[in-house]
Amino acid sequence: MIDSKTLDSNFKFLIASEPGGENIKKCFSCGTCTAGCPVREVTDRYNPRKIIRMALLGMKKEVLSSQFIWLCSSCYTCYERCPQDVRIPELMNAIKNIAAREGYLPPAMKIQLDLLSSFGRLLEITDFENEKRKESNLPPVQGKTEDIKKILKKVGLSS
Amino acid sequence: MKKKPEEKAPLSQYLLYLGCTVPVRALQYEISARKVAERLGIQFVDIPEFSCCGYPIKSVNHYACLLMAARNLALAEKRGLPICTLCSSCGGSLAEAAHEIEEDEALRKRINEDLSTELGMRYEGRVPVFHFTRVLQQVAGSKRIAEQVKVDLSSLRFAPHYGCHYTKPSALFNKADDPENPRSLDELIEATGAQSIPYEDKLACCGGGVLAIDEQIALAMAQRKLEHVRTQQADAMVLICPFCSIMYESNQRKIEKAFGTEYKLPVLFYPQLLGLALGLEPDELGLKMNRVKTTELVKKIQRRSN
Repeated sequence: MIDSKTLDSNFKFLIASEPGGENIKKCFSCGTCTAGCPVREVTDRYNPRKIIRMALLGMKKEVLSSQFIWLCSSCYTCYERCPQDVRIPELMNAIKNIAAREGYLPPAMKIQLDLLSSFGRLLEITDFENEKRKESNLPPVQGKTEDIKKILKKVGLSS
Repeated sequence: MKKKPEEKAPLSQYLLYLGCTVPVRALQYEISARKVAERLGIQFVDIPEFSCCGYPIKSVNHYACLLMAARNLALAEKRGLPICTLCSSCGGSLAEAAHEIEEDEALRKRINEDLSTELGMRYEGRVPVFHFTRVLQQVAGSKRIAEQVKVDLSSLRFAPHYGCHYTKPSALFNKADDPENPRSLDELIEATGAQSIPYEDKLACCGGGVLAIDEQIALAMAQRKLEHVRTQQADAMVLICPFCSIMYESNQRKIEKAFGTEYKLPVLFYPQLLGLALGLEPDELGLKMNRVKTTELVKKIQRRSN
């Protein structure tokens, strides 16, 4: 049961002011997104229509703290089909951006941030990789850059 | 998203953008792409300083993702050449950032202030980004490719996997492919003389996007497609993105164990298939590096051409 006293009616405006979340209020809950969703096909833990409805109702804490917002695979199937141009993968990213700011970052994403900060890429390039590349007649790739750490620092994602 | 003006890939020289996964986990893709490009007169220029495209942190911080993409675009702009990516996510991410920065003057200003103070760089917003498959389709062209085929592959059946970010969001790619009925990869497979076969859920996502968050869900998504491809008795799956390959090839054993079944389905990157058709040797195309053995497939080809 939803308790209306716990709802935050400003949540939808917060989402709408976030890049990618602009069109959330256009959703009329038709369910086209959920019907064609490949993640939904294998698990009932992800349901974009339900998430959007919860967000519109103002269930801020439930939405931001839940794991399901991170289960969108960003395949853009619903993006192409949504009759209201809600741009759901971008909307999910807007909600995830807010969740990250409010301290609900999944451990897997923390690990990715650390890797990017350390190496400038998700997979480290060491002398071993470049040696292997050389054996295949491939040119070397720069092993490390400090630039990404600087970018992450600038936006407050790295210390 | 506003529709972009007609933008084709008219040049034959590109900056090859490898991203994170290809240069470490999909060397066979890079090796074969360079080989077929050379054969078709497409020239690649390397920039070793390219870093991550930004896509992995789009969900954490949209602006940081744009700034990371802009760093790569700025490096490319200095060289005055378009970018060609092998990874579909890199292609989507860089194209999207280029588009947003070009359209939004305030964003461009903010990006440039940060690029300048943090990295001493500048980006005017004029770098076109193409996926290698689209370069093959638009610059080389299926007809020209078909004319250069030297090996008869007509008995082979391939299941094309388009993946997601190569065709969608379609407005970003000026609807180069119909997102509900794409044809480019089918046509490129048919250009080699091989058969491109239909199968259920052909456009479904590989699951790679949720692998880090929930492995079971990701594997279940990939398993469905492996099952559908097996039903059609394909000789191999053909794809164009290193992350899709991680799901269907690198994780195939894991999926077999988890679901108590066996697929042994070879997974080729399209340039590997094209290279075979152009008469290149399997070793020149990195086929040895494929996790699922391609021996039977190669034998079939050699039987045909002898």
